Amino acid sequence: MSLLQIERLGIAFGGLRAVHDVSFSVEPGEIVSVIGPNGAGKTTLFNMISGVYRPGSGKVRLKGEDVTGMEPFLLAARGMSRTFQNLQIFQNMTVLENAMAGFHLQERGPVLADLLNLPSSRKRTRMAEEGARALLARVGLERAADREAGNLSYGSLKRLEIARALAMNPAVLLLDEPAAGCNAVETEEIDHLIAEVAKSGVAILLVEHDMKMVMRISNHVVVLDHGEKIAEGPPEAVSRNPAVIAAYLGTEAADADR
Amino acid sequence: MSEFLQFLFSGLTVGAVYALVALGFTIIYNASGVVNFAQGEFVMLGGMITVFAHAAGLPLPLAALAAIAATAAVGVALNKLAIEPARGAPVVSLIIITIGASIFIRGAAQLIFDKQIHSFPAFSGDDPIHVLGATILTQSLWAIGGAFAVFVGLWLFFTRTILGRAVLATSNNRLAAQLVGINTDFVMTLSFALSAAIGAFAGVLITPITMTSYDVGLGLALKGFAGAMLGGMGNPKGAFAGGLLLGLFEAMTAGYLSSQYKEAAAFVVILAVLFFMPQGLFGSKSTDRV
Repeated sequence: MSLLQIERLGIAFGGLRAVHDVSFSVEPGEIVSVIGPNGAGKTTLFNMISGVYRPGSGKVRLKGEDVTGMEPFLLAARGMSRTFQNLQIFQNMTVLENAMAGFHLQERGPVLADLLNLPSSRKRTRMAEEGARALLARVGLERAADREAGNLSYGSLKRLEIARALAMNPAVLLLDEPAAGCNAVETEEIDHLIAEVAKSGVAILLVEHDMKMVMRISNHVVVLDHGEKIAEGPPEAVSRNPAVIAAYLGTEAADADR
Repeated sequence: MSEFLQFLFSGLTVGAVYALVALGFTIIYNASGVVNFAQGEFVMLGGMITVFAHAAGLPLPLAALAAIAATAAVGVALNKLAIEPARGAPVVSLIIITIGASIFIRGAAQLIFDKQIHSFPAFSGDDPIHVLGATILTQSLWAIGGAFAVFVGLWLFFTRTILGRAVLATSNNRLAAQLVGINTDFVMTLSFALSAAIGAFAGVLITPITMTSYDVGLGLALKGFAGAMLGGMGNPKGAFAGGLLLGLFEAMTAGYLSSQYKEAAAFVVILAVLFFMPQGLFGSKSTDRV
């Protein structure tokens, strides 16, 4: 039984089959990347796995349990968290508060205890704050803790979103283009962060355009084109696969390569 | 002096009710960005249900509690039946839905109750208290105290509790709130229930002074909205201060200018706020990242 298992997932928008019959699985500590040309259905696939869209067909299993189409807040409680290509940050909160929001599920307690500011409530808040600060240090944002999130650079926000996702102590982490819009230094920082998170036993599913990054850090690559899986395997094998080269560069280039 | 004091008392009394309506606006606005124009109907329902439950034989405190609970249920129904099915619709559409809901509730109240003007006895008798030549009704003290208690309670709720912070997170970014495990549907339902209950509470407090009928809601909603705008939409402190200020402004206009202009006061305030400081007294300037 795999930690995250995608079984023949598909969805259509009107007549357009955005994703069709895609299956693969992710194990703990593994980094699986989903790649493909623009419009191949990568983000759609992600949205189905994380419950933002309800799949038209197929199943998503998390720790063996059927979680197909379950709402994101319930998936969060079951150990799946994700980041977005176009950031989903609480812009008017501080960086620290954003990270603390990730502890929402662990920090929850009786409303009355919070209102009366009981020691139990203060303890929970302190726990969340300490946890959040530790995570900010891990992603290199500890010095920005008290700044308003809206004022951070794009690369920093990407790392903040990863910190918030990690706060939930997830078993599976879905990262949608974590390096998009980042410069080379920022990309490398995120690179290291992802590798380190995977080493701690979290399964990572990645959508990424930066091929160098994908080839460097992935254990396993899934290639989509026009919503269908056209190849799957270790990075070296996939990068030599004629179907993949054709999808990326057009058939002529693939022929010329032969 | 005694004249001024008299206007002050009456301004604070009516201002307390505006403050409660404005606080009701604030809660739903905070959770969803929607300005709920059915807020005034909640006040009407609070007064009317208490009147009829009391007439049916329930003791006044029980009748008031029943009215608050029933109105909260109406608030939940409004969210479940009208707002939730339209999720994903632009905020403006949702606001129009609340206007429709307010017309519906008003019509239903007219059918279920009647078109008469009603009242019930004040909580602690009708003897006014004399202060420096002016008089204040004990019921006014109830209204002002009630509004203050609700304000403090809400302020603690939003700043201290995880649930209150979850409401704020939902308003800030619904998707991000879901990602960290917040049940945003529940947050919305809770907001409508809380806001309806506060509206009904205002109705219970004010009915012995101003009386009530099926159509008092619209005026109260507009005044409460003006109060909330004046204070800065979405800020409980602003709603409370804005409501009270509006009540005072109205009472002073009525006292020193002419009671004919009393109703106009609220709208002058709305226009002035929109022209000169759209973010209100306590609101923060909104900026968008591009």
